[in-house]
Amino acid sequence: MTPFLEMHGISKTFPGVKALNRVDLRLRPGEVHVLAGENGAGKSTLMKIMTGVYKADPGGVIRVDGQDTVIRDPVHARALGISIIYQELAVVNNMTVAENIYLAREPLTATGLIDRRRMNADARAVLAELDISIDPDTKVGSLSIGQKQMVEIARAISYSSRLIIMDEPTASLSHHEATVLTRMVRKLAAQNIGIVYISHRMDEIFEIADRITVLRDGETVDSRPASEMTRDLLVRKMVDRDLSQLFGEHLSHATDQVLMSVRGLGLKRPTAQGARVGDVSFELHKGEILGFFGLVGAGRTEVMEMIFGSRAHVGHIAIDGREVRIESPSDAIAQGIGFVTEDRKEQGLVLGMSVRENFSLTHLADYCRLDVVNRRREAEACRGYVRSLGIKTPSTEQKVLNLSGGNQQKVVIAKWVARRPRILIVDEPTRGIDIGAKAEVHALLNRLASEGMSIIVVSSDLPEILAISDRVVVLKEGRISGILGRHDATQERVMLAATG
Amino acid sequence: MSVSGQKTTEATPASSSLWRELAQLRHVREINVLAAMLIVGALISFYTPYFLTTNNLMGVFRAFSLTAIMSIGMVMVIITGGIDLSVGSAMGLASLVTALCFDAGYGTGFSIAAGLGVGVTFGLVNGLLITAIGLPPFIATLGTLSIGRGLMYMITHGVPVTPDTPEVFSVLGQGYVGPVPVPVVIMLVLMVVFALVMRRTRFGRHVYATGGNEHAARLSGVKTGRVKLAVYVLSSTIASLAGIIGFSRYLSAEPASGFGSELDVIAAAAIGGASLAGGVGSVTGAVIGAALVGVIANGVVLLNINTYAQQAITGGVILIAVSLDVLRSKLTGGNG
Repeated sequence: MTPFLEMHGISKTFPGVKALNRVDLRLRPGEVHVLAGENGAGKSTLMKIMTGVYKADPGGVIRVDGQDTVIRDPVHARALGISIIYQELAVVNNMTVAENIYLAREPLTATGLIDRRRMNADARAVLAELDISIDPDTKVGSLSIGQKQMVEIARAISYSSRLIIMDEPTASLSHHEATVLTRMVRKLAAQNIGIVYISHRMDEIFEIADRITVLRDGETVDSRPASEMTRDLLVRKMVDRDLSQLFGEHLSHATDQVLMSVRGLGLKRPTAQGARVGDVSFELHKGEILGFFGLVGAGRTEVMEMIFGSRAHVGHIAIDGREVRIESPSDAIAQGIGFVTEDRKEQGLVLGMSVRENFSLTHLADYCRLDVVNRRREAEACRGYVRSLGIKTPSTEQKVLNLSGGNQQKVVIAKWVARRPRILIVDEPTRGIDIGAKAEVHALLNRLASEGMSIIVVSSDLPEILAISDRVVVLKEGRISGILGRHDATQERVMLAATG
Repeated sequence: MSVSGQKTTEATPASSSLWRELAQLRHVREINVLAAMLIVGALISFYTPYFLTTNNLMGVFRAFSLTAIMSIGMVMVIITGGIDLSVGSAMGLASLVTALCFDAGYGTGFSIAAGLGVGVTFGLVNGLLITAIGLPPFIATLGTLSIGRGLMYMITHGVPVTPDTPEVFSVLGQGYVGPVPVPVVIMLVLMVVFALVMRRTRFGRHVYATGGNEHAARLSGVKTGRVKLAVYVLSSTIASLAGIIGFSRYLSAEPASGFGSELDVIAAAAIGGASLAGGVGSVTGAVIGAALVGVIANGVVLLNINTYAQQAITGGVILIAVSLDVLRSKLTGGNG
């Protein structure tokens, strides 16, 4: 079958960086094509060229339906039948499902007003075609992330897309929603629509892919049918290292000394959406890595936000046996708690600031005399962390905006580690970062625990939780449904506690 | 192995050429505005040599010094992502209260303190409305702007207040240090002080972080509420100082004094590179922005252009300056 989209010798140079170097890619109709590679391998850049956001350097060729084509801009790409669903979903929460699907091309009545009835009917037809049971008249803001994604897919289909690019679509979905999405992808492929699927999750890649193309450092290093690919081979192609080197032995550094004890923690004001978190009690030991697992909506993040003071709580928190009052993040920080938040861009970083300025924001006083910042000392300390955490950045003066996701995550971790908290909470520390960086983050957390830091790891990645934790706390619908020791915590038992 | 243990001595490449340094300067916003001002100045002096006389230049400096002083406070507010529309009212009411104090027979020190007190009050009200109640800055300061104006008319009944003042007080607005008018000296001192505060201190860094990403700043331990309260108090207090200086110059507190000046002040900050979205801007940029507007105003007079055109020209300058800035960041940013 002739490819729908063919790319030959595509290069893209940014000032100082060659993001893509003579990449080839052939996308056939009805094929689920997984694009794999570490962060910074060039996947996003390639996607942006396919959708006309970036122009490729001269010399490459793009063919659509066998015709040489210059994709001028995203609107042109959509007209050619190429749609994209970004990780950060592009929906307007205050508008209805139908309004979102037909945004900027609303059907009009003879008098020039929006024909709401036809718009809703059309939207209903598109949703029905895809077996999506969402009322076109509901506000998108009230939908779950998985449902919003379905709305985006419906929008792409309503444009008669022939190629849909999905950028880590399952990254923020629950297990169930991910299964629904996977079925949807297969169904689209069966309708002869091509899918470009970007993912870091191994299970998912092998479940869904017809073909896998691996990018590394901006070059195509491999492309073959999924049936001819193995996990080990894929990882080796992606990182140029062996899997066994990536995940080290787990050594527990937990002591008997209870550092923090939480009693009857619950939300002061229940949120409209999400779990009614309450009655949460657990202990955290010195040097322990405590895993927190639960399905999306189980209330993991809420618990951490209460401990960190960014969400009002009832109940008691004691550190070193003394009850502490935590009503704001600065209270928590004063008690020696650090919080690596889930959302780097919204909560973790000031994107317009440099690596150095982001790094020192948590502990700027360390470099100050009479409130005047000693920038030389600040930069020196920052360079030390850039080196020891392997943060890839041209200099400490680079804006974090320009770093890849994995390196941004390391900056967030660095800014907290440098403060030397006694308790470090990390929420989804490896979401959206590649397998190499993941292993480095795990090694770092282990090292910090060995130095006596107590760490709470929240993750929806079960293998990660099991690999790294000394004990696992499982949350279900806002309550603790199990606390399992390392040797009792198997995939099955944890999953059972989370769902059963 | 300890993570923080290793200090590094790795230095940046020592042999960065002069050319590279100069090329770097191109990215500094203040340099662009300064260059624009020099070009405009050169053009004006080409047509009228009087422009470059000490006499005229000092007059120009004094004319824009009050706007520039207020823009120093304003730019800090704008960097936090806020706006302070009430500076004109704070300025006017401060000059009025100072005049009334003199009128009631109080001394210079008390009268000035009372004027500054007006500014502190404005700032506290603005800051608390914004941080404690959660009003958008635009609305909060729009309200206090109106209240300030209303109070001025209620107090004066539309008649200027012209008290007797001691000789020493008029130094503030009318005096000279060598050839330099005192208001200009105050402007320069404030500029240097606050430029250092913003660039070198923890407070300054927290102001930028609050505007850059308030949520992340708060989660990093920055007390963003206090930072915001502080910038509004600074802005209003600096504006009230400008009001006192203005009163000292003319020794008459007009009921309409300061009206509309908030727009000139915001314009100066914007021309100087401050982004109303927050996180970006500088004190020196704002002062240079005010200077550019001042030089243009002077040129309009010297070149016998219709003075009504001055406002339109200033508007054009704002649009060109900010457009160039936006276009430039589009060109240099966006690699991913």
